[in-house]
Amino acid sequence: MVGIISYGAHIPWLRISRKTISSAMGWFSPSALPGEKAVANYDEDSITMAVAAGVDCLNSFAREKIDGLCFATTTSPYTERQGAGIVATALDFRPDIRIADFTDSTKAGTTALLFACDAVKAGSAKNILVCASDRRVGKAGSNQEQIYGDSGAALLIGNNQVIATIEGFYSVSYDFMDRWRAEGDAFEDSAEDRFIRDEGYVKFVPEAISGLLNKYKLGIKDFAKIIYPCPYAREHAAIGKKLGAEPNQIQDNMIASVGDTGTAYSLMMLVAALEEAKPGDKILVASYGNGSDALFLQVTDEIERVRSRKVGIKSNLALKQELSSYEKYLSFRNLITIEEGIRAVEFARVATPIPMAWRERRDILALYGSRCKRCGTPQYPPQRVCVNPSCGAIDEMEPYRFSDKTGHLIAYTGDNLSSTISPPQIYAMVDFDGGGRYWFDFADCELDSVKVGMTVKLGLRKKYIDKARGIHGYFWKAIPLLRKEV
Amino acid sequence: MAESIKDKIAIIGMGCTKFGELWDKSAEDLIVDAFKECIDDAGIEKKDIEAAWLGSCIENINVGRAATSLARTLKLPFIPVTRVENFCATATEAWRAASYAVAAGVYDIALALGVEKLKDTGYAGLPESANTSVEGIKARFISPNRTNPGAFAMMATSYFAKYGLSPEEGKRTLAKISAKSHHNGTLNPKAHLRREVTVEQIMKAPIVAWPLGLYDCCGVSDGAAAAIVTRADMAKNFRPDPVYVKALQIALSSGEELMYTNWDYSYVETTCRAGMKAYQEAGIKNPRDEISMMETHDCFSITELTEYEDLQISPRGRAKEDIDAGFFNLDGKIPDQPDGGLKCFGHPIGASGLRMVYEMYKQLQGKAGPRQIKNPKFGLTHNMGGVPPLNIVSVGIVGL
Repeated sequence: MVGIISYGAHIPWLRISRKTISSAMGWFSPSALPGEKAVANYDEDSITMAVAAGVDCLNSFAREKIDGLCFATTTSPYTERQGAGIVATALDFRPDIRIADFTDSTKAGTTALLFACDAVKAGSAKNILVCASDRRVGKAGSNQEQIYGDSGAALLIGNNQVIATIEGFYSVSYDFMDRWRAEGDAFEDSAEDRFIRDEGYVKFVPEAISGLLNKYKLGIKDFAKIIYPCPYAREHAAIGKKLGAEPNQIQDNMIASVGDTGTAYSLMMLVAALEEAKPGDKILVASYGNGSDALFLQVTDEIERVRSRKVGIKSNLALKQELSSYEKYLSFRNLITIEEGIRAVEFARVATPIPMAWRERRDILALYGSRCKRCGTPQYPPQRVCVNPSCGAIDEMEPYRFSDKTGHLIAYTGDNLSSTISPPQIYAMVDFDGGGRYWFDFADCELDSVKVGMTVKLGLRKKYIDKARGIHGYFWKAIPLLRKEV
Repeated sequence: MAESIKDKIAIIGMGCTKFGELWDKSAEDLIVDAFKECIDDAGIEKKDIEAAWLGSCIENINVGRAATSLARTLKLPFIPVTRVENFCATATEAWRAASYAVAAGVYDIALALGVEKLKDTGYAGLPESANTSVEGIKARFISPNRTNPGAFAMMATSYFAKYGLSPEEGKRTLAKISAKSHHNGTLNPKAHLRREVTVEQIMKAPIVAWPLGLYDCCGVSDGAAAAIVTRADMAKNFRPDPVYVKALQIALSSGEELMYTNWDYSYVETTCRAGMKAYQEAGIKNPRDEISMMETHDCFSITELTEYEDLQISPRGRAKEDIDAGFFNLDGKIPDQPDGGLKCFGHPIGASGLRMVYEMYKQLQGKAGPRQIKNPKFGLTHNMGGVPPLNIVSVGIVGL
């Protein structure tokens, strides 16, 4: 039976309180939304969040067994250059697989999931990873700025050791003009809020869910959890009530903790539900965006097998840093122009050597080094001559992936001279568990918390933007390992 | 059987410009200024020079990549001229090339000249390392977004952790190194920075890269320095007080520090290696007793601290005791940076190695004015280019 084999999620470390936003912009547009939202760090985007969720989802699953990748986002850094290609390379998937970007609607997350199911069901693929992530930016003082949060979710779809079978679906699709971005638009435009709420969410979500119930002759009370998006608190509750659901059946909509995360939104809530699910539970998931997809799952006994190995939602929610400066938030999203200094201008002038990026893509995007077959020394970047001074073997190397290794740092600094939007630039020399060493920028930490000897893991982040040519450079950064994920 | 360079080569003339932010001087002006002083000092004429080596590091804002800039600027008459580059050891590399050519018996008189015009970058610090990284252009993709202060600051965090120094203790120790060099700089009219700075001021200065503050970093300067070398047996024909080359060594990182896990980032492997070879070449058994004075590569205060240990002057982990005792002060047992060092004389990369020799040369001849060290015998110069995990180190020893 086809279903979910594993799940994973990434919620950015930074959260901004909606009070911080309204105390900066309340003079212009008062807001009533409570809580906080997740904010991608300056070096995170849809690609990096998809990879982080994918890493959480795959864990020790053999990467060579993956034969498909569906990447859902409305905010790929490129309109031409496949986002799934970057994600697949970073996650070290084989080249002879099928990959696709699912985009242009926030419903694309569940759509990707259903396409992956169909492919596995049809026997075209055995294991397909679905990654959904979004980093949508609202104008200062807009509703979108209040509502939209950033995150990524990942689900591995297959038919072996399934933790939740995908039992059925019902979809409705409409050309509904609630939000749109035309070619060249930096920000989305939208219809009146009340129109979106009453003609969009309040109609499409119940229509898809009712359609599903009718199609499979199910009652709403059959479900342990019902998941659907709606950022308006009163209408979110009203939809459940209209469907006849009890409040304890309805999955928390995460608006007060993360925000509406676009294509990832329903899948994030699904991952949260799976974290709490018991064998035998039925879960109903609906999405929103130019209509709605509804699908339902049946949790199996395998659920306990994966649970303890995930960062998932709960740990991610607990690990956070408040971004108390609204101006810093604007700078990270390039919404205010700050003086980055002459050094930054000079740095941006260095052209990206594209043939090198291609030739050495595995070293760069998948963090492949080499390991000496004679002495066993892992080394990064990959070498032809062994770096071990008592070995020195030539051309006796095998590929060795560092991206999933942990390490500890032997020296560090916080550099105020480096050109970065988030000074100081913290970087350190990392000795890997199992051997090998290299130096890395740090992500998601404060200088005061960095100590010689601390343990780190790695995460893909945006390293630079070649502004002259619009190229986004990605590489791995060290992230303090504070979670229980060891 | 290979022979050493010891006592085969003599320096018979040297020149050095004032270092600093020389907005009104071009690289060509600096070449002419250093050259004029150098041949006047040697008492020779341009036509006596048979071959020349030009050292310059950062080509795009300096004299360019061709050696013709030296020939063209000085109108050298169709002699062989070669440009060399080896990061901060560039000038020493020019000096080494000239010395080896003369020692080989191919020429009798050769010129080594180093120049750097850094302030034409138009911004503070060294040029962006994405353009100039020791790791090559691939650094753009995989090296941290680092600067040189940061790469050296990492050595301080590692050293402090290894020897249990609190940030306060560590920073105070480093501050004493910079305060000493600032004092020496005030005594040198050619120095870039000529101002006394107290330990407290140094400790309170803005942080450039933790834990290094503004005064832990050397000046970024324009300047040039030059030397005329000849055969040792001919030297006294030119002057009564030539200075002899006792050792000239270079060691480069093998990649081991960056990619293997033996080294712990609290010292510089290449300095240890080049130092050992240089002492062996010069016949020095106990450096702490035999070296009279040094100009070591103090691009940052922590670099100088580790050099005390790596060059076997201070016992491992105990440089602080010597620093506290004033061992490296101008009136100490082995003065380091009598001319102010990179810290205060300044650091035009391609000129620094020869600037260091210039100070040792003047000290050995008793011409160092208010900075004069009493009866020096051996002077040591040391350059380190690149970053602690991947670098080029040169050590030179000169004497009478």
